[in-house]
Amino acid sequence: MGVKLLLEKANVPGIRFFETYRKEGGYHAVEKALKQMDPAAIVEEVKKSGLRGRGGAGFPAGMKWSFIAKPEGVPRHLVCNADESEPGTFKDRYLMEFLPHLLIEGLIISSFALGSNDTYIYIRGEYAWIVDILEQAIDEAKANGFLGKNILGTGFDCNIYVQRGAGAYICGEETALIESLEGKRGNPRIKPPFPAIEGLWKRPTVVNNVETLAAVVPIINMGGDEYAKIGVGRSTGTKLISACGNINKPGVYEIDMTISVEEFIYSDEYCGGIANGKRLKACIPGGSSVPILPANLLLKTAKGETRLMNYESLSDGGFATGSMMGSGGFIVLDEDQCIVKNTYTLARFYRHESCGQCSPCREGTGWMEKILKNIDTGKGKMSDIDLLWDIQRKIEGNTICPLGDAAAWPVAAAIRHFRDEFEWHVKHPEEAQKRNYGLAHYADPIHVPA
Amino acid sequence: MSKFNEEQLKEFSRLVARYPEGKQKSALLPVLHLAQDSFGGWLSAETMDYVAALLHISPIEVYEVATFYSMYNLKPIGKHLFEVCQTGPCMINGSDDIIDYIGTKLGIKPGETTTDGMFTLKTVECLGACGYAPMMQLGKHYREHLTKEKVDAIIDECRKNAATNN
Repeated sequence: MGVKLLLEKANVPGIRFFETYRKEGGYHAVEKALKQMDPAAIVEEVKKSGLRGRGGAGFPAGMKWSFIAKPEGVPRHLVCNADESEPGTFKDRYLMEFLPHLLIEGLIISSFALGSNDTYIYIRGEYAWIVDILEQAIDEAKANGFLGKNILGTGFDCNIYVQRGAGAYICGEETALIESLEGKRGNPRIKPPFPAIEGLWKRPTVVNNVETLAAVVPIINMGGDEYAKIGVGRSTGTKLISACGNINKPGVYEIDMTISVEEFIYSDEYCGGIANGKRLKACIPGGSSVPILPANLLLKTAKGETRLMNYESLSDGGFATGSMMGSGGFIVLDEDQCIVKNTYTLARFYRHESCGQCSPCREGTGWMEKILKNIDTGKGKMSDIDLLWDIQRKIEGNTICPLGDAAAWPVAAAIRHFRDEFEWHVKHPEEAQKRNYGLAHYADPIHVPA
Repeated sequence: MSKFNEEQLKEFSRLVARYPEGKQKSALLPVLHLAQDSFGGWLSAETMDYVAALLHISPIEVYEVATFYSMYNLKPIGKHLFEVCQTGPCMINGSDDIIDYIGTKLGIKPGETTTDGMFTLKTVECLGACGYAPMMQLGKHYREHLTKEKVDAIIDECRKNAATNN
């Protein structure tokens, strides 16, 4: 069993409620932080921990905190990004649903560290029932003196509010989220200025992911140095992985980032192997935006080394032969899955979610969807494959926010690694409607059924 | 024209009070949810104008938001809205079959409402339930690990609820 820092108590009956959470040692980190530490010391511990943003970008959280401007007389804000919308990702939902007080505790400490007296949780609108769970946890914390005025007699005031979004993937991008929190369309802002200088209502703002803020609790409890000892290299601490697709045990797992991808997929402690005795064909290891990898490149890097479940190893080889840790949305595809169809549904997703502000993304995502649909339904031309490649290249890097990249990468990786499958669809349009291409040369070379 | 009742106005005030003075526009998304829930599950132009007046903003500021976010319904919907996810992870687990099954059973295509006004079928993109696919949102909650049998049971449940409520 690996180290559990976040989900250790997830199965304790009643842990959703203050009384049980407190009895299990909850809010100890708030007491420690507010009574024994000053804001600068907390930022220092988070820096030492090496904690990297868990939303997808992996930017060092302590460094992000240190950028916040502190102009005299201007309020600052912490905003929790709970707009979890990256296909394959459902870890924040799990955390908020089952351990709401862990998030609230992390938010109180982080608000103190950043000087935020009014902190907002921006949650995707579809998680409607979780709003009730969080608001109940906030009320309980307030009733017990951990929120509101003069928390624990320290003179620190803090309120937390839950704001519901209304269905827009783009609002997971931090400046779009801020726009949305101001009651506008979720159009990302041009940076600079960065939110740390001019964010919510033009005030200095830090936006952090749910899991990032929850991880502040164990960091304060154990100290940044101890936290940094878990994991490997610049992948410190633990990471929540939401696993789905063709596996025996879909769900949310907490891993220390030393285990191999092979162990994660095949061990009974995690995914429990491929469902229905099938073979592994491919995997999108970090949410739908990151490059898909064929099984042979997933389990071992191009250099033939065992690939591990961490930031460095998953990206080993760059986009040519590697992928990314991303949000931890781990999507497994078995031998019966069609790469063209899968890529088409993701392209449709990005077309639907493009905010429309930048032409390359607004137009390009629509073109990619149409072309992929044509290939999938047997109406593709061979030149379409190169056209797709051309379009994705013209989107990548040419938009205000990373949604353009997120839309381009899945298409690029699918063509890069599975071009023969696309060509087969074009050459055999009728057969492709009746059966899938199968495994070809990219099957898992390790786990071959007897 | 519909207006918020006393209880709804209280919720409106609670929402607006969360933001600093003069920043009441920030309450727009939550207030539109409240309006949609209060006035039959969709936002008419009249409703949007009413929300604009309540928040002291211009109607266009409400329209541009209401048309941007996918959860706001801009035309009337059935009593029960089935929002079935069709993105990658759900597709891998058979969401296409579930969407076809619901459509055939209710005699409607995605985006349509049954003639008795009971059901609307809508396809949506990823709702964050990928490990429990296929799935749909029904009201405030998710229905997960959908099978044809489960869909039958959900439709029966909705019909029964409607019968007891009338």
